[in-house]
Amino acid sequence: MSAKRKSAAPSLDKALALRLLKDMLRIRRMEEKCAELYGEGEIRGFLHLYIGEEACATGAVHALDAEDNVVATYREHGHALLRGVPMKAIMAEMFGKVSGCSRGRGGSMHLFDATRRFYGGNAIVAGGLPLAAGLALADKMQGIKRVSVCFFGEGAMAEGAFHEAMNLAALWQLPVLFCCENNLYAMGTALARSESQVDLCVKAASYDMATFRADGMDVGEVFAATAKAAQQVRDGGAPVFLELQTYRFRAHSMFDPELYRDKAEVEKWKERGPIHSLSARLKAARQLTEKQFLALDAEVGVEVDEAVAFAAAADREPVSALLEDVYSPPGAGA
Amino acid sequence: MFEFKLPSLGADMEEGKLLEWLVRPGDSVGKGQVVAVVDTSKAAVDVEIWHKGTVHALLVRPGERIPVGTVLATLLEPGEMAPAAPQAQKPAASTARKRISPAARRRAEALGVDSVALIGTGADGAVTLADVERAAAAGPAAAPAVPAGQARRPVPAADRQAETRRAIGAAMSRSKREIPHYYLLETIPLAHAQQWLAEVNKGRPIAARMLLAVLQIKAVARAVKKYPEMNGYFRDDGFEPVDAAHVGVAISLRQGGLIAPAVHDAERKPLEQLMRELADLVKRTRAGSLRSSELTDATITLTNLGEQGVEAVVGVIHPPQVALVGFGLAAPRPWVEDGELCVMPTVTASLAADHRVSDGHRGALFLAELRELLQQPQDL
Amino acid sequence: MKMSYREAMRAALHEALERDPRVFLMGEDVGRYGGTYAVSRGFLEEFGPERIRDTPLSELGFVGAGVGAALGGMRPIVEVMTVNFSLLALDQIVNSAALLRHMSGGQLSVPLVVRMATGAGRQLAAQHSHSLENWYAHIPGIRVLAPATIGDARGMLRPALADPDPVVIFEHAQLYNLEAELPDDWRCDIARAAIRRAGAQVSVFAWAGCLSKALQAADELAAEGVDVEVVDLRVLRPLDAETIAASVRKTHRAVVVDECWKSGSLAAEVVARIVEDCFYELDAPVARVCSEEVPIPYARHLEEAALPQVSKIVAAVRSVLNV
Repeated sequence: MSAKRKSAAPSLDKALALRLLKDMLRIRRMEEKCAELYGEGEIRGFLHLYIGEEACATGAVHALDAEDNVVATYREHGHALLRGVPMKAIMAEMFGKVSGCSRGRGGSMHLFDATRRFYGGNAIVAGGLPLAAGLALADKMQGIKRVSVCFFGEGAMAEGAFHEAMNLAALWQLPVLFCCENNLYAMGTALARSESQVDLCVKAASYDMATFRADGMDVGEVFAATAKAAQQVRDGGAPVFLELQTYRFRAHSMFDPELYRDKAEVEKWKERGPIHSLSARLKAARQLTEKQFLALDAEVGVEVDEAVAFAAAADREPVSALLEDVYSPPGAGA
Repeated sequence: MFEFKLPSLGADMEEGKLLEWLVRPGDSVGKGQVVAVVDTSKAAVDVEIWHKGTVHALLVRPGERIPVGTVLATLLEPGEMAPAAPQAQKPAASTARKRISPAARRRAEALGVDSVALIGTGADGAVTLADVERAAAAGPAAAPAVPAGQARRPVPAADRQAETRRAIGAAMSRSKREIPHYYLLETIPLAHAQQWLAEVNKGRPIAARMLLAVLQIKAVARAVKKYPEMNGYFRDDGFEPVDAAHVGVAISLRQGGLIAPAVHDAERKPLEQLMRELADLVKRTRAGSLRSSELTDATITLTNLGEQGVEAVVGVIHPPQVALVGFGLAAPRPWVEDGELCVMPTVTASLAADHRVSDGHRGALFLAELRELLQQPQDL
Repeated sequence: MKMSYREAMRAALHEALERDPRVFLMGEDVGRYGGTYAVSRGFLEEFGPERIRDTPLSELGFVGAGVGAALGGMRPIVEVMTVNFSLLALDQIVNSAALLRHMSGGQLSVPLVVRMATGAGRQLAAQHSHSLENWYAHIPGIRVLAPATIGDARGMLRPALADPDPVVIFEHAQLYNLEAELPDDWRCDIARAAIRRAGAQVSVFAWAGCLSKALQAADELAAEGVDVEVVDLRVLRPLDAETIAASVRKTHRAVVVDECWKSGSLAAEVVARIVEDCFYELDAPVARVCSEEVPIPYARHLEEAALPQVSKIVAAVRSVLNV
């Protein structure tokens, strides 16, 4: 019943560790470029950056099967990228171009890729949880062995939809992995100000559901915990709750006055930055040199530059297509 | 299925405004039947159809301004069945009821204006409050003369004048640009004609009296039968003589400008009939209710400015016609007959003719023929 | 005095909190964060956490709590971040706040004010950009307001709080930075529409974020000699049918501008009223300028194409005048 917590990260296979490092860098560098482009006006609307939290998506996604379903939030750039949505398609989406993964209709908060079973960025807090339960229901009813993974923030746990979805999934024994990225602030509201019970695993356990907790700043620990939790869902066909404790280094969206937290607190968490931590550990274990790290970073930089060039050169959808994709095209069957 | 297109109701017409449909889908139409009323720049014209059939769909709504050649309606050939799926055209139902805004309808009732008779200036040709108020201000006679154009234009009559002037200008420019005119004059003694008219008109009320103008029409019609190169049309492929003599008679309009509607088959009609037709034509021209064929069919034009007191009129041919005959004032003038000076009623006839079709020699013979015909009015 | 819409709204809230101890503000991030649109910045320090209550992300819960607090004698002002999120609270607004007076045979009163941001124009995509004022305006038992001017932002809250029944206030998110002179007498009613510009040839009805577009269109048309009257509906429920009809009786033509989608829109209701009340005054069909029937897209050019714009209003006015 009680949350299990690994005392230490398992020693990672070197090849996997380097893959995880590179993927965290891909998310980081892509998002830093997005912030820059936002300043230049190329990207508009809301832009919720994942900087600081990369270990969560990276560790978790690497622990999933390619066939698993993923439902995410409006802070989903990293999840989309690691599930295989090309960086070019993500960047083009941010630019509002027709070659974006949602044809420029969705933007930052609404990345989708049906072929990769990535069911999108949802900007309604907790909106994705019932959806994940439904995806799992469909798999169960059709006899498909698959895990539906739902990412959400701890703020969602105050919403009615969280409780209703948790209850349904447990009641009907649906194969859902509820993956809570607890970054301690629901926009500007600290966990203690929004939850009567700040031990989120205790809260989840009240639905008679297995719970796991991992350090969301440690990609190895996230990977191991997710692999274990997902395996349990796969084997048992019942939902599992996983809390990843993490921290967002930047504002909720692009800008906020950050009146709700101390600068010192932010700095303290930054010391535990997931990229820095992993690369330091690998260097200490003599598995990575600074030169190799820089080479890796440069490789990622090329991918980002190519994605930006692609997005900048991509076409805008003609206004004549405005009313498309409201309904299915005529004659399309269900 | 065949199409009924907006005919050109004159060389100067490029577009028209459909005022009214006189048929509805399902109606049978006969050859020559008037099916629609179209406002040209000059007048409201009854448009006839020349093909028998059944109206299938009306494609243009009253109030719409359309270029010449626009398909106004589709018709079924006699015996043809309507296609199973109705064509996705503009709903014909809209033609069933004239568009009058609710406010305009009510104001028209209050002011005693016949709103149905008005030409609408609102969207889709709807009659608006302003149309009704303008009509009421102008009085009942002026009501139908409200022109096409925009709602905010303050003096609609001026619009039509400008439009008429523009249209005449375009046609006459074309004539002077394209037709190599030559001109001939001939003084015609009228002693016999006037004598004959005095006898014929003896005891008749003024309104029923035979006019010299009628003799002139008939004489021109007879003369062209002998000189067919004065009668017909010059088109792209050259001269097309016409067998019948449809004499266009220039009639000035009250608001300025002129129209020359045709008196059909003038060479075959007795003078009394011509007399009636001329009176009717003048009346209808000024009321703005001519038929399309009257506007388009003239094979030669006759203009008479005698009433205005001019000696002679040397005219400009109305394309695509090839000749125009002008008459000046008929009045007693010094005259030499048999070597002696006397007083004789005379008129100066002129011929403006197209050098691409005829020469001065033939023109002179034509005028001589005209003179001779007018010497035997009893035979006309 | 020149001030922004945000400052006007803030001044109104401040005054309300000062005047009546029963008044309190609650919603997501109204306190420590300073309000999503920074309307309540500094209030937490001034009035304390009891009266400036940050809520968890639980719209149904805290709006419902607002209904209960109003029943219990308080005067809650509940802020919902956007109209899209208010759908999570719709049940409490529609099934409780609007109905309690009637269901209880007049025994209960719900003096609740719900404020929410609405509208598009900032490339926030489909889940943050919609205008659903018409959904609320459909419900008997609530009053729906849409302040579109600095004066109304300053003046509408006081009578809304004085209203014994629930009032929903829509603040178009694009208006917060609008700056204008606060009229000396900003006190206003929450019953009547307002003529923002008198004109003779056509009445343009608009509200919220579309009012400024309508006024701009009227300016452009004035330069061509077209005399447009612009009516700000202000109160979306109950509709001021009298002012609407009086304007149409004067101009005989109407264009209704609405950021909602055309089908089932508030614009549809306004047109219906016009046809019911002044059919015989109409000199042209009534025209509507609404959002295209598509969720609001992210891409800027598509978002612009989807929304009512000045050029579309100008074109609609021209069409009804046939100029």
